[in-house]
Amino acid sequence: MSLDRSGAAALPDQAVSGLRPKRTFWQQVGNFFRQKPLGGFGAIIFFLLVFVAIFAQFGGFAIEDPYDPVVDRIFDPPNREAWFGGDHIGRDVFARVVHGAWISLYVGILSSFIGSTIGMVVGVASVHFGGKTDLIVQRIVDSMMAFPALILAIAIMAALGGSLNNVVIALSIVYIPSTARILRSQALGIKEMDYILATRAVGSGDWRIMLRHMIPNCMAVYIVIVTFHLGGAIIAEASLSFLGVGVPPGEPSWGGMLTSGAQNIRESPWVVVFPGAAIAIVVFAWNLLGDSLRDVLDPRLRGTN
Amino acid sequence: MQAYLIKRVLLLIPTLLLATIVVFVILRIVPGDPALAILLSEAQEGDVKFAQEELDELRAKLGTDKPIHIQYGIWFWNLLQLDFGLSFWDSKPITDRVFKKFPITLELTVLAVILASTIAVPLGVISAIRQDTWGDYAGRAISIAGIALPNFWVAIMIIFFLVLWFNWIPPLGYVDLWENPWTNVQQLFFPAVALGFSNMAFISRVTRSAMLEVLREDYIRTARSKGLREGVVISRHALKNALLPVVTVSGYEFGRLIAGTVIIEVIFLVPGMGRLLVDAVFHRDFAMVQAIIVMITVVVVLLNVIMDLLYAWLNPRIRYT
Repeated sequence: MSLDRSGAAALPDQAVSGLRPKRTFWQQVGNFFRQKPLGGFGAIIFFLLVFVAIFAQFGGFAIEDPYDPVVDRIFDPPNREAWFGGDHIGRDVFARVVHGAWISLYVGILSSFIGSTIGMVVGVASVHFGGKTDLIVQRIVDSMMAFPALILAIAIMAALGGSLNNVVIALSIVYIPSTARILRSQALGIKEMDYILATRAVGSGDWRIMLRHMIPNCMAVYIVIVTFHLGGAIIAEASLSFLGVGVPPGEPSWGGMLTSGAQNIRESPWVVVFPGAAIAIVVFAWNLLGDSLRDVLDPRLRGTN
Repeated sequence: MQAYLIKRVLLLIPTLLLATIVVFVILRIVPGDPALAILLSEAQEGDVKFAQEELDELRAKLGTDKPIHIQYGIWFWNLLQLDFGLSFWDSKPITDRVFKKFPITLELTVLAVILASTIAVPLGVISAIRQDTWGDYAGRAISIAGIALPNFWVAIMIIFFLVLWFNWIPPLGYVDLWENPWTNVQQLFFPAVALGFSNMAFISRVTRSAMLEVLREDYIRTARSKGLREGVVISRHALKNALLPVVTVSGYEFGRLIAGTVIIEVIFLVPGMGRLLVDAVFHRDFAMVQAIIVMITVVVVLLNVIMDLLYAWLNPRIRYT
């Protein structure tokens, strides 16, 4: 049983794609939802959140100002006006959670894309140029991977200082080495393919080979890695902000809200419960989506963590 | 095996050397003069006058008056002799403080690993032998939750529910294990639960998939057909083989756990290395930050090597050359 499956998966894609009628993007999306209902569920929750974040940030919703302290609202329990209650200086927790979605997604999406993209370029270039370049790059990657991710992020934040874009930079750097490592092993296989030899024979240069032939063939793995890092980046941003080395205190980051909330947890547990639940729901939804995407895009990675 | 061992250990040298360079470069490229910062913080308010000689003297003491590559050379040479130099915050030696905090963090991490694996392995096994029943679904739900929930939220919730339900808060802080073992365990139990939760989720996931794989092997069918009781088949034949990846994977997770202690120590007021690191970041005490990061990294890297070797030793099918 398992043998049959791996045999089928090992067939080169070019051989199979000729037999299948081409589907439009929306047909593929529909198929995905049918085959992976859990992944579809995760996708719906996640994109709902993206909409909420964008509308909140650019003023589509009539919600309270997340920075505005109102004396009457201090330690106010959840009620009709302030759905999630008020925090220790009277800011609206609901507004802060909604705006926090923007910070989380901004950091999560940007850092996972930037980090994974640079990582991919490093990994592919390292394989393409090979030899000494590959050896040196891989030693650097090794040494960067020696640090636990959060520790490296804290070190970079210590040097850069706390701000939203610095968090993006720190997390991007953290995600470069692991992506480079995985993409390297992927690119090693591609480098030996006949079509690379063929395109070299008709005179393609380094850039053309890498951009037009190697990188497109790494795309499935790349997307899987981006999804994997996105969930991690959301948690990492919250962790950094929670420690006070991420986005500046006062900004409505979910992690930062937990810091101030934890100090007054007896008086106002809602200040902690809602942002925490928001982190959990986003990461949970994203994991469901990511797992399913991984199964669909790259059958070889199925069952790995 | 011996050749593999030597190769693996030799590869450590460039990795760790480069890692120290990375840490040094990240933290020393920052603008600012630590000697000036110390003098300013020591000076009385309103009276920020100090002699230029004093500044030069402190710069020389901290070693920040030399070019950066020389600074690195001196720092690295001292590092090899386990001397982390002077703090950029109060210009006192770092080494003692780091080594005093390290066992606390280690104890917390080890406790978390023990707790996580004692719960995770049975959970994973049950999930696997009762595949696609409600027990399996419950186990998998717990493990997905463990991966999605950030450990600091779990920690805060633990404190919250302890207060809410039992009106009791564990004695926060830290008492030495040998001084008062009972208080020590009380203090570290809940931090360890919070720290180990995601690790537990991960290990149970790995155990489940490893068990599912092993249970389909021919030798399990053989064991059953010769009439062994199911319990014996599971524990002696299946689990013993399934545990191999579990042991190694949880070893690699150790690094993530040590990183996680930073947050857990801050919440539960455990005075370990993590707390020291966060405080150092706030003080912009980059010498201390460097020391702690190098320490953690060396431990993690050595552990990974040990895990590689353990894997090779435990698994007779693997023969490295």
